[in-house]
Amino acid sequence: MSTVTLASKRRRAALRTAAFMSPWLIGFTVFFAYPMISTLYFSFMHYDGFKPPTWSGTKNWTYVFESYPYFWPALRNTLWLVVITVTLRVLFGLGIGLLITKIKTGAGVFRTLFYLPYLAPPVAATMAFAFLFNPGTGPVNSILEKVGIPAPGWFNDPSWSKPALTLLFLWGVGDLMVIFMAALLDVPKEQYEAAELDGASAWQRFRYVTIPNISPIIMFAVVTGVIAAMQCYTQPLVAGKVASGVIQGAGTLFEPGYPEKSTLTLPQLIYNLGFQRFDYGSACVVALVLFALSMAFTAFLMRRRGGLIQAGD
Amino acid sequence: MPKRARTTAFALLSSIALLTTAACTGQSTSGADDDASAETTINFWHAWSAPNEVKAVKSLIAGFEKAHPNIHVNVVGNMTDDKINQALRAGGSKAPDVMSSFTTNAVGKFCSSGALVDLNPFFEKADIDPAKTFPTAMNEYTQFEGDRCTAPLLGDAYGLYYNKTAFEKAGITAPPKTWSEFEADAKKLTIPQGDSFKQLGFMPNYHGWETTTEHYMGQFSPTYFDKAGKSTVATDPAVAAAFTTQKKLVDELGGYQKLEKYRSKLGDEWGPKHPFHTGQVAMQLDGEWRLGMALEAKPGFEIGVAPLPVPDDQADQYGKGYITGTITGIAATSKKQNAAWELVKYITTDTDAVVGFSNAIHNVPSTLDALKSPKLKYDPRFKTFLDIAANPDSTTSPASLNGGVYLSTIQNLGYDYESGRTKDLKAGLTAAAQQIDTDIAQAK
Repeated sequence: MSTVTLASKRRRAALRTAAFMSPWLIGFTVFFAYPMISTLYFSFMHYDGFKPPTWSGTKNWTYVFESYPYFWPALRNTLWLVVITVTLRVLFGLGIGLLITKIKTGAGVFRTLFYLPYLAPPVAATMAFAFLFNPGTGPVNSILEKVGIPAPGWFNDPSWSKPALTLLFLWGVGDLMVIFMAALLDVPKEQYEAAELDGASAWQRFRYVTIPNISPIIMFAVVTGVIAAMQCYTQPLVAGKVASGVIQGAGTLFEPGYPEKSTLTLPQLIYNLGFQRFDYGSACVVALVLFALSMAFTAFLMRRRGGLIQAGD
Repeated sequence: MPKRARTTAFALLSSIALLTTAACTGQSTSGADDDASAETTINFWHAWSAPNEVKAVKSLIAGFEKAHPNIHVNVVGNMTDDKINQALRAGGSKAPDVMSSFTTNAVGKFCSSGALVDLNPFFEKADIDPAKTFPTAMNEYTQFEGDRCTAPLLGDAYGLYYNKTAFEKAGITAPPKTWSEFEADAKKLTIPQGDSFKQLGFMPNYHGWETTTEHYMGQFSPTYFDKAGKSTVATDPAVAAAFTTQKKLVDELGGYQKLEKYRSKLGDEWGPKHPFHTGQVAMQLDGEWRLGMALEAKPGFEIGVAPLPVPDDQADQYGKGYITGTITGIAATSKKQNAAWELVKYITTDTDAVVGFSNAIHNVPSTLDALKSPKLKYDPRFKTFLDIAANPDSTTSPASLNGGVYLSTIQNLGYDYESGRTKDLKAGLTAAAQQIDTDIAQAK
């Protein structure tokens, strides 16, 4: 009897727990688990969005890895953005944050100035950048030529298009700056004082006091930065389109990546394959690759966090 | 079974159950059984967006509603291909019954996927022969492997615009008829300025707005595919000839880098600062719409119009050009296909409707009768485009199972070849042909 009561109590408790968890469970199932399993399922199907899907085995996988000419360039570009852009954004955001926390007067003005670009819509910001960096008419190249520096082709040159994109992302570093400023202002002053008494130099104070204290924020910035770089779609697409001069008109099909596939990213491929080529199977393959890469990067960073985040953080 | 295992099994089963219901979207209806004489409202989606174009569509639809008082048309404009594709997949009461698109390259995709219904039975029932109604090229690009899932709704013909004033200054008396004449004229018309140009005879680069590979190739009459559906770009000499002609122009006019740098200084294609309007380029490969735009920009020179040059060994075919245009079709998800057909029939085959619409938006009429109609009003120079459209030698790019993917592949080779990244054209064309065949096999 008591066992039954205990069992029913446990069941009720489990139900109560499930009821409280249900909003998350429903969200997780509908918006993550189901799409995830569907993506895996469709990656083995031939599906154009109109006719019922048919089994195609590993055909989509073979096509993407061996025959789809955009996959490897897009993967290389995406990894480039992840490694170079994220690193520079974190360093730049931290640098700006440090500078502004050190400024005695006018900090508010600088904070606003550095934060404002972050608020610009991505399409508008990219178009403005493409205009500024136009190799023929842009003010950036005019200034460079005036001071005798050879002016690059920026978004029109395959070797300069990604650095140009990186500059665009650095320009919008206001979000990281604010986060780092909050973290830097949170570092206990007495630790700096103690380090100073011990004769630590400015670099040593930064290395042994600041970095350990803000390491969780650095980790946050790196992980979110990596995920955002993996999902980079709008800016490279708009930059490529504006620079190429190709506006979708009568009978033309714009394929992203100008110049010479240098601004292709994996999310662009998902859109191109799925919604423009009606090849959902291959689009799902690319989506899964993107997911696997994001997971791998995040797992790697989380494993490394032991060296970055101190015990008790 | 332990509780945790039961829960996991339940979750998995739920997922599988969900999966089995996943692929039930956008299924086509078969056949049309609605009563076109009954009171009904249909949705018509189009891509036009300029105020005069939107007004012209309204007027076209008003004419239809007057002729068919029982059918009301809900018009939705400024629709991109991506939105149309999604609506065709999803269906529903707000989705288009009739759609139109500027992208003729998508016809193969629309037909093979069943997104749009085959119009052949409707044409037969109405006793209209498309082959005798539409110009040859337009009749060709609106069908795929016998499935006519679209009809032409006005067309675009590509020709040559030239600056008559610059021609006179350079001592050129007539527009070039062959590519070798064209090359000589382009060089004569080019005025250098420092490391750039004061005036460029012609912007040959593939990114120069309408100077795409398919538009160049239209003048060479390539086949693109053999009877078995395999790509012929590696074996058809017309393709290689088009590539080498363009590359020679690029090299002769200053080289790729110099031209690209100059191109980056030029105004955009759809604005008043288009380089042809401003006199920065003296010749322009473009569609018939450019004439109205150029006149509106009030350039300080007289505009000349002619067909594009042809290869020297095809001089007898001078007058042909590349043809494309707007297409219209009926959504497979539509529950009102007979009413939708009445609209498609009216806007694509009614001579007065086609002429009126053509007069309003300055596009090429898409029926043989409309091309000859005395009601057609146009600037005498526009006649060049009407003649190109009616020319039996005029070409188009054929519909393909996966839409315009093969054209993108050719275009990408073009980018590599003009910039010097690909030096061996034969190897490049062979690789392009293999890629095209692989892409089509993937789409099957």
